[in-house]
Amino acid sequence: MNGLQADFLVDVSGENCPIPLIEMRKAMAKAREGQIVEIRGTHQPSKHEIPMAVRSLRLRLLGVEEDGGQWRIFIKKEVIPDAEDDGGRS
Amino acid sequence: MQKMTVVVHSGELDKIMSALIIGNGFLAMGGEVTLFFTFWGLRGLMKGGLKKAPLSKMNWGGIGSWMMRRKMKQKKVAPAERLMEDFRELGGRVVACEMTMEIMGLSREKLRGEWIDDYGTVGVYVQETLKADRTLFI
Repeated sequence: MNGLQADFLVDVSGENCPIPLIEMRKAMAKAREGQIVEIRGTHQPSKHEIPMAVRSLRLRLLGVEEDGGQWRIFIKKEVIPDAEDDGGRS
Repeated sequence: MQKMTVVVHSGELDKIMSALIIGNGFLAMGGEVTLFFTFWGLRGLMKGGLKKAPLSKMNWGGIGSWMMRRKMKQKKVAPAERLMEDFRELGGRVVACEMTMEIMGLSREKLRGEWIDDYGTVGVYVQETLKADRTLFI
């Protein structure tokens, strides 16, 4: 436990691909700037894919924890300035 | 922002599911997506069409698709209707091909209008694809 306090929680435990990604995206769209969202789930590929999506969305990944098959991912809605090279597409 | 267009040409459950899963994944990772439903793919937009869609292989007169839906439910895989609703909620665009609607005798009343942003033919597809980074044909 890293002591992170989320503003709201999205629990996708038991849900399969691609629901954890979809629900993460909905939650981040609803969150206000500066808010922290905790996504909780059990689908293992999503534990890796949600952080990938957070990078693509240029949000801030605060932490990934796992306890007994359940993972918790903390994301802050805070737009990260252009750090990655996207090939000049955006 | 990266953009993708997808031609949904097939009307089988497994292929429509692939289009919806890829489309939702792309939206979830911050991209823009337009799905063009044409030919058999229009089944996906028909009222009740997704509930009755067969499988592309091992359909066995409907037993295969029934087993697939049961298995999907057991494994907590979202049904196609839910993925379509999610696709819409995440901002995905849907275009129905008017030319194939005509040859298949499908009027707008037979389609789920709330899922459709636009009706058009190949010109709409080409124009959107010119602004896209990639396109898929499913």
